[in-house]
Amino acid sequence: MSRRALRKLVNALALGLSGLATAVGLFFLGAILWTLLRSGLAGMSLQLFTAMTPPPGSAGGLLNAIYGSVVMTVIGILIGGPIGVLAGTYLAEYGRNARISGVIRFVNDVLLSAPSIIVGLFVYELLVVRMGHFSAIAGAVALAIIAIPVTVRTTEDMLNLVPQGMKDASTAMGAYHWRTITSVIYPAARSGIVTGLLLAVARISGETAPLLFTALNNQFWSSNLAAPIANLPVVIFQFALSPYPNWQQLAWSGALIITMSILVLSIAARFVVSSLGPGGRS
Amino acid sequence: MSSVAAIEPAQASGQRLRERAFRTATFAAALLVLALLGGVALSLLLGAWPALAHFKLDFLTREIWNPVTDKFGALAPIYGTVVTSFLALLLAIPVSFGIAIFLTELAPVWLKRPVGVAIELLAAVPSIIYGIWGLFVLAPILQRHVQPWLIDWLGPLPLIGRLFQGPPYGIGVLTASFVLAIMVIPFISAVMRDVFEMVPDVLKESAYGLGATTWEVIWQVVVPYARTGIIGGVMLGLGRALGETMAVTFVIGNAHRIGSSLLAPGTTISASIANEFAEAVGDLYTSALVALGALLFLITFAVIAAARLMLMRLDRRALSSV
Repeated sequence: MSRRALRKLVNALALGLSGLATAVGLFFLGAILWTLLRSGLAGMSLQLFTAMTPPPGSAGGLLNAIYGSVVMTVIGILIGGPIGVLAGTYLAEYGRNARISGVIRFVNDVLLSAPSIIVGLFVYELLVVRMGHFSAIAGAVALAIIAIPVTVRTTEDMLNLVPQGMKDASTAMGAYHWRTITSVIYPAARSGIVTGLLLAVARISGETAPLLFTALNNQFWSSNLAAPIANLPVVIFQFALSPYPNWQQLAWSGALIITMSILVLSIAARFVVSSLGPGGRS
Repeated sequence: MSSVAAIEPAQASGQRLRERAFRTATFAAALLVLALLGGVALSLLLGAWPALAHFKLDFLTREIWNPVTDKFGALAPIYGTVVTSFLALLLAIPVSFGIAIFLTELAPVWLKRPVGVAIELLAAVPSIIYGIWGLFVLAPILQRHVQPWLIDWLGPLPLIGRLFQGPPYGIGVLTASFVLAIMVIPFISAVMRDVFEMVPDVLKESAYGLGATTWEVIWQVVVPYARTGIIGGVMLGLGRALGETMAVTFVIGNAHRIGSSLLAPGTTISASIANEFAEAVGDLYTSALVALGALLFLITFAVIAAARLMLMRLDRRALSSV
């Protein structure tokens, strides 16, 4: 074989393999979604959204778990969102060139990739041990801690996309920096910030590990924030590993609900940034 | 003009006050990020202290894990964590590399975005979904079709044969590695794609101009240029794999022992904590589990910090997908 033919062969082989690799990646996404749809839809019914988690062997739904998940996610983002946006504002505006900002960016990036179970242990030591019992608020705090680095990162990136000219124009009008930020920069970066918050919600609504020993679980309806609360991820975990078919079915339905919500959120976030966002980079 | 002058002083002091308040609020929030990391480190150390003081270095070197006699050693979880992460990377790196090449060099423009988004969605799927899928779909397939084949064909071989002994359980170290690999592929390929895209077109075009094939351009121009970013991306994937909890907990089998076979059940640091923490009775048991967490924190912190330092030199904004 001539050298040229060999080079062409190697080229075709390598490129073919990279196409194959992509197909493999897409195949697993498809396989997971297909399993979820097939097994999850089988258990879809109105009861899922109206009844509580049942004891083994009897019919029931996931209402208390869905409620608990929504409550903790909302509180989590209400705590973590503002903190993240403010910290991102500091990094992008006041402290853009400060030495401490470099450290904060680095630490934030580390937190962004840190294992979420560590956060669970932290909140356990911080809140659960002190309160003496598991609670919804501990779960929400754990989720907030996971939401913060995501929000900090996207907020800073989005604020940096606002043209310097706009900021200068506001400053030239005599506006104080806080006025420029709240009246000019935030509105200009709004869709980007919203995207970051949506991504943070998507990230925390599927988190299981940090809830295992903060919110724990509750077989019954509970709206007491100081008590353990049911939540979808932990219910899925417990029910899927149980030997009872009706529990396993509920786990699949819960898994479908959670995955679909997250995929919709992730896609919505991309849509927001590409339709309105400054820069529009996804 | 006079009216402006009249209200100016009072308004200005109010504005200054708000300016200071807002600035302080943002700074406090930024400091909180630092405090979080410090708080995590401190609370883990404090929680782990009783166990570490009791077992000293034995904690790191012993395999025993017996809640009844209060004897705890972290060797089996450490071993499981390292082996599963290593295998996962072995499987994930070539696939991620292929995906990154496809997305940056091969895919037609209309295909780039949908495929890229689909791979990123793979990263958005929560880990518990990977766990339940791995347990109910992947493990039975591996048990029926893949593991018997491995045992028959690789089992009798010298040296590596030891890795493929025993009955095909379905769940175990190999299955956990497989699920981990699927999970880290989107992270690694996203970073690789972003760093590949940063390679200046001029460099690639000059190589093409010299008659290089696409693969030669990738291997001899793109990869060397993007080397730091590639390693950073792999390390980031390693950080994910080391700390991944739920997916592994479902499929690893939770056995506190070190088996030479990859088909045998095992455990990892995070899986042990997830499985046992809520039910741990006794201070020493709890503390031993927190000590495992502290260990995981140290390992992942080192890996992630190294990865971030490598990636820091690159444009931060281009790496927004991870």
